[in-house]
Amino acid sequence: MSENQQEKVKVIDARGSFCPGPLMELIRAVKESAVGDVIEIWSSDTGSQRDIPKWTEKAGHEFLGVIHEEGYDRIKVRKKR
Amino acid sequence: MVYIIIHLHGRYFIMKQGLFHCEIGMADKLAMVVFSGTVDRLMPVGIIASGAVAMGLDVEVFLTFWGLNSFRKESLTSNTKMSRDYEDMAPMMMQLMKTKNVPSWFDTLKKAKEIGNVRIHACAMTYDLMNMKKEDLADIVDDVMAVGEFVDIAKDAKFTLFI
Repeated sequence: MSENQQEKVKVIDARGSFCPGPLMELIRAVKESAVGDVIEIWSSDTGSQRDIPKWTEKAGHEFLGVIHEEGYDRIKVRKKR
Repeated sequence: MVYIIIHLHGRYFIMKQGLFHCEIGMADKLAMVVFSGTVDRLMPVGIIASGAVAMGLDVEVFLTFWGLNSFRKESLTSNTKMSRDYEDMAPMMMQLMKTKNVPSWFDTLKKAKEIGNVRIHACAMTYDLMNMKKEDLADIVDDVMAVGEFVDIAKDAKFTLFI
């Protein structure tokens, strides 16, 4: 995972939203971002853990990993195209 | 040699020397016939459409009978009907969805349409039978279509759901 301090990270808090809410919010955010931007989505939904990496791969972006927090996950994705 | 790839109505064409050469593929498609008008069955319509557009599929929805009836503007927010089999659980379910801020089936479907290619067709037969006008229906309904045309669209879908 790149830890560049200058990196622009857009955080989207989708906690409390159910499947497929967080994924849809991520897709919208990726659409509105520039190539190279990192988007971090916060999700408390179980489906996101599988759906988001799957979508990221399929859509040709980079999955940067998950940080587990108390009651939610912080999922990081970099827009690649 | 210069090749140009053109994206037209969900189909990809390759153009060579200014001529359409051949179709090289089109987006995968999911078709749904929405017959039911109860909230418990409309929920998966929005959710499955969302999953489909997320994975790059086009979605074609055909609204018929109670499905089309639930797309009337006035019933979008007032409809709280549940399938008979689960009727006794309806108040609990509705309360749960309210306290947990679950978006309505309609908002979910609308979001899916904002993100991908979701086309929503009203069944011409139901439309005529129920004396509907285009302005009675939610704005996300694209057109009124006869069953023949829809079946022709659905035959190219990877799968078709009857809900």
